[in-house]
Amino acid sequence: MKLLSRVTADVKHSPSAHSTLDVLWVLYDRVLRITPETVDDPGRDRFFLSKGHGPAAYYAVLAAKGFIPEEWLDDMGGWDSPLGHHPDRVLIPGVEIGTGSLGHGLGLTVGAALGLRAQGYLDTRTFVLLGDAELDEGSNHEAIAYAAAIRLPITAIVVDNRSSTHGWPGGWSGAPTWLDEDGEVSAMSDRTRAGLSVGIPARFPNWGVSVVDGRDRDGIEQALRVVEDRPRLVVAAL
Amino acid sequence: MRETFIATTTALLDEDPRTALVLADISADRFAEVQRRHPDRVLNVGIREQLMAGVGGGLALTGMRPYLHSYAPFLIDRAYEQIKLDFAHQDVGAVLVSIGASYDAAAEGYTHQSPGDVALLDTLDGWTVHVPGHRDEVAEALRAAARHDDRVYVRLSTQENSHPHLGGGLRVLREGGPLVVAVGPMLDPVLEATLGLDVTVAYTNTPRPLDTAALRSAMRGDEIVVVEPYAKGTSAHLVGEALSGLPHRSLHLGVGRAEVRRYGSRHDHARAHGLDPAGLRRSIEAFLG
Repeated sequence: MKLLSRVTADVKHSPSAHSTLDVLWVLYDRVLRITPETVDDPGRDRFFLSKGHGPAAYYAVLAAKGFIPEEWLDDMGGWDSPLGHHPDRVLIPGVEIGTGSLGHGLGLTVGAALGLRAQGYLDTRTFVLLGDAELDEGSNHEAIAYAAAIRLPITAIVVDNRSSTHGWPGGWSGAPTWLDEDGEVSAMSDRTRAGLSVGIPARFPNWGVSVVDGRDRDGIEQALRVVEDRPRLVVAAL
Repeated sequence: MRETFIATTTALLDEDPRTALVLADISADRFAEVQRRHPDRVLNVGIREQLMAGVGGGLALTGMRPYLHSYAPFLIDRAYEQIKLDFAHQDVGAVLVSIGASYDAAAEGYTHQSPGDVALLDTLDGWTVHVPGHRDEVAEALRAAARHDDRVYVRLSTQENSHPHLGGGLRVLREGGPLVVAVGPMLDPVLEATLGLDVTVAYTNTPRPLDTAALRSAMRGDEIVVVEPYAKGTSAHLVGEALSGLPHRSLHLGVGRAEVRRYGSRHDHARAHGLDPAGLRRSIEAFLG
């Protein structure tokens, strides 16, 4: 994407910047009900970028969709720039939370989803994007367990580019669900399970789960469109 | 004070649909009834204090007014970074209500004590801190906090004064010589400690923002003693700023940093930190000479 290369200063987290591009584009282009005109609409869909590292792709998508001027992309991290190496919601239209310290977005997402429900915004969807290394932070696991316990219908996307130092080994027990070839939620078959890294879903017990190719935009969209009466995990594997 | 907190917060939940309560198991049984009436707004996340703060921040982002509650060391100390980033950094507020104070949980030990809570919040911007000295001062603080979206900390304690003093700010309760400021539940021990001494006694239950104008005008000479129920010297920097340009000597009394590895009651710990009337009198007399 041309706009992404325009974000010049993001050398620090370059791999993490590009890992999120396809997911972010699908969210803003196909899924989220939000426009530059509705950034303050109380019923708008919410997208929280928890993994604030490497926001170049996020900024590029916000610019492409008209939330911020493209000129802002040229001076990321500059003294006069609203765009930092981690995003600040106070400075950037359309950015819902300020992040950078890992492990804050999922808890904020749970709170926002509860606040929306309490105010009757039952059709509003709430998404959060994390990295697989970010899952190392214990605060995530407080939110993962609670969201499952109260069957809160949020959608957490974990971009898995194998960046967690100790990884997420292990299998997957219980009764997970899966997207079958028709996009329907069904029990995961042994055939589907075979050959896939299931260590991350194993840390999300009682969540609905999809594992998709993080570069397959149609697959990402299909997974993000699923709504259940419980939280959903979409692992975008790279 | 905890009872007043429960009653007032229950009433706020019934009266104001913006009010939400986030718990981490502590006191959850006492809110069970109002939780049945407002299941969407009374939320017990379990023993997960980082999540409690995150949920509070998320609720506030959607326009709700969250009240969070636990023991002070779990609410403040443990979740400090969440308090720093999930509220002010997101430009939202919340009302944090703690119990336990510095050593109410004397027999439970240091894990359940938070003498440093107010000092921790002092590293952050924009927190109003209420330290009620009497149960009747609790409702006033909680209700005032419901009317805006700012960041408020209410520090409850089992130690309280015999009479309430409603209204914020710092006020003079006894006229005399050098100024002795008592914060919250330190008032009664200060009044007893200074019986017969020629001092002015002033009181505040709202140490943040510190009422510096009233502090300056309450000075009777150039000496000031500040008695706080949390870490010794927590307000020293603000008192110093308030009196900058005025020649003055100051004494700051409060809870010492060294861990008291003893159990007993809060009275024992007050004595160990020199915050009982006899200990306060010794310190104040030695300072004033």
